[in-house]
Amino acid sequence: MEVDKKDERESESSEQVVNPWEVSAKDGGKIDYDKLIDKFGCQRLDESLIDRVQRLTSRQPHVFLRRGVFFAHRDFNEILDAYEKGDKFYLYTGRGPSSEALHLGHLIPFMFTKYLQEAFKVPLVIQLTDDEKCMWKNLSVEESQRLARENAKDIIACGFDVTKTFIFSDFDYVGGAFYKNMVKVSKCVTLNKAMGIFGFSGEDHIGKLSFPPVQAVPSFPSSFPHLFPGKDNLRCLIPCAIDQDPYFRMTRDVAPRLGYSKPALIESSFFPALQGENGKMSASDPNSAIYVTDTAKDIKNKINRYAFSGGQDSVEKHRELGANLEVDIPVKYLSFFLEDDSELEHIKKEYGEGRMLTGEVKKRLTEVLTEMVERHRRSRAAVTDEMVDAFMAVRPLPSMFE
Amino acid sequence: MGFSKDQLLNRLQELEIDYTKYEHPPVLTVEAQAKYVSSSEGALSKNLFFKDKKHRYYIVSAMVDTKVDMKVLSQRLGLGKGGVRMAPEEALAQLLQVSLGCVTPFAVVNESARDVSLLLDQNFKNQKRCIFHPLSNEVSVSLNTSGLDKFLKSIERDPVYVDLEANPAVGKDQPPDLAVYVPSNSVVIPEITSETSTKQTPPPKSVSAEVKPVASAKPSKPASKGKSVVVENSTLLAFKNPEKFVEEIMDKTSALLLSEAKGENVEALAETRRKLLTSELTHLAIMFKNTAYTEGFHAGKHSQPKRL
Repeated sequence: MEVDKKDERESESSEQVVNPWEVSAKDGGKIDYDKLIDKFGCQRLDESLIDRVQRLTSRQPHVFLRRGVFFAHRDFNEILDAYEKGDKFYLYTGRGPSSEALHLGHLIPFMFTKYLQEAFKVPLVIQLTDDEKCMWKNLSVEESQRLARENAKDIIACGFDVTKTFIFSDFDYVGGAFYKNMVKVSKCVTLNKAMGIFGFSGEDHIGKLSFPPVQAVPSFPSSFPHLFPGKDNLRCLIPCAIDQDPYFRMTRDVAPRLGYSKPALIESSFFPALQGENGKMSASDPNSAIYVTDTAKDIKNKINRYAFSGGQDSVEKHRELGANLEVDIPVKYLSFFLEDDSELEHIKKEYGEGRMLTGEVKKRLTEVLTEMVERHRRSRAAVTDEMVDAFMAVRPLPSMFE
Repeated sequence: MGFSKDQLLNRLQELEIDYTKYEHPPVLTVEAQAKYVSSSEGALSKNLFFKDKKHRYYIVSAMVDTKVDMKVLSQRLGLGKGGVRMAPEEALAQLLQVSLGCVTPFAVVNESARDVSLLLDQNFKNQKRCIFHPLSNEVSVSLNTSGLDKFLKSIERDPVYVDLEANPAVGKDQPPDLAVYVPSNSVVIPEITSETSTKQTPPPKSVSAEVKPVASAKPSKPASKGKSVVVENSTLLAFKNPEKFVEEIMDKTSALLLSEAKGENVEALAETRRKLLTSELTHLAIMFKNTAYTEGFHAGKHSQPKRL
């Protein structure tokens, strides 16, 4: 299985870098996803797979599938093959709780996972890697645990079904069967291999080195004896952003040696910052992203002032040349969040040919995002600490496949 | 406690004001009211309660078809373009002493509303009769504007009728024409915690539903523009309480159906809106389920073992 080579990564400016801790494009340009798929060795998610999903679930595929946001996969077709025969699977996704402020980009994998849960009627485990953030971001144990619980509330607000969802934090849950699997995985990965895959060096502390198995083992049903007793053959599908691929390449490499099925993956591209693809979404710059705590006024302001426009400098020029849809952020954001395919097509056509102006596109985007954020806020307000406890309780889920 | 519906109706009788009374189930929106009181009885009204940045409050009562542009009104009152916004629920309770969905010109009978400015739609004067809630949303009364005027004068209020659709220029040489109706006193509403303000109050979105938002030319989504404090309260209830849950569903669905019936929706648009509604309602249902499960979980954790 292809693996990141350390020297490739060192020449950062001339090669794009994509790993769980760093994402940067070549020479400050755009991420080349074709190259990435090639390098990682995963597959493109093509139309036929999306059609198959539609047939199997009897509903319109999620907007993220239709628009190519989730664009790559590993073994997704096998998951669908098994599902067709009546063999179910479970979902596994997670979040590294590094900050309280969640932005729309953070919600994307959760929105998609919720759709998968509803469409396929399968259970879900959500891992909150508080230990990872404690180690990498140098947070205190208490702070990372607190952030994990706060983030859990936003995750729950995305609309997961408590009768089919188990949320756990590493600090709470690691131990028992989970830990046994961690040790099994650790035995299969040499130090050299780990350094090769993840870029660890002699300067990194041993906590970091021993973390990858923690993120690997939720892919194995035996890690959750209270959920999947006796179902060792249950397959796992992992929706995640493509920068998480290294963890699961390692996991897939190790699985057969442990007698487990390889987890399947369905991967998304990166959500661009407001300032454009080349910009970095960072927690320190509140204007680089739309946060779930933003008011309608904030959203309007941010879109109007900071969203990078592909429109021309003057109205005349714009009417003549049309907008550059490749770099235009409002259109990009709309392609993520505007449900109606025909409306999006219309906007792209009119804007790209110069008949629609940036202001109008931004206005529509503001509407769409405001509604989304408002709905999220309302649901978030209903999530109590008790509800978080319920989602995180180690309990059986008898109706998980209904 | 403020004036009650019965006290008001008695007062109308004492003043020998001719009115007709209609009783019906509680209604929160004009659409709902229209089901029980037909337009042949009189012109239905939509009633707005809003405030400006200096905590001065206003009631605007207009014919349902009159376009009320808040930005224009704000300018005409001399408050600048964005100088007004919908009044919070606490203000409704404290100043007008009526429940949600019940804003009415009659509310100014309360002492607490003495500083609230009342602006009436000029178009009411052309109607034989107009319909308002007499401080209760289980009753509607229809009466002629002369009757309303008599009542207002009896409580020392000058009836003020305004052409609400006019949009006169406001500038250096053209002072805001409604500025004279801005109350001279502002009102301070003490903060009420969420627990106390929930009595039996119906969902606040009825306020925005009563007044068709003017800005959007396209059919507006059913009440997604609620103001934060107020919305959070009632939506929280909708997640817990089956009646509120069903009410939320009924409100959203009927808003969609109504706009479809009015022919505002083209085929394709109707399809999209139905899909959006389905997704919204499913989300609502999931939160409802999660809340119920959580309550069960809590009960389970704290239940005592059976006594033997």
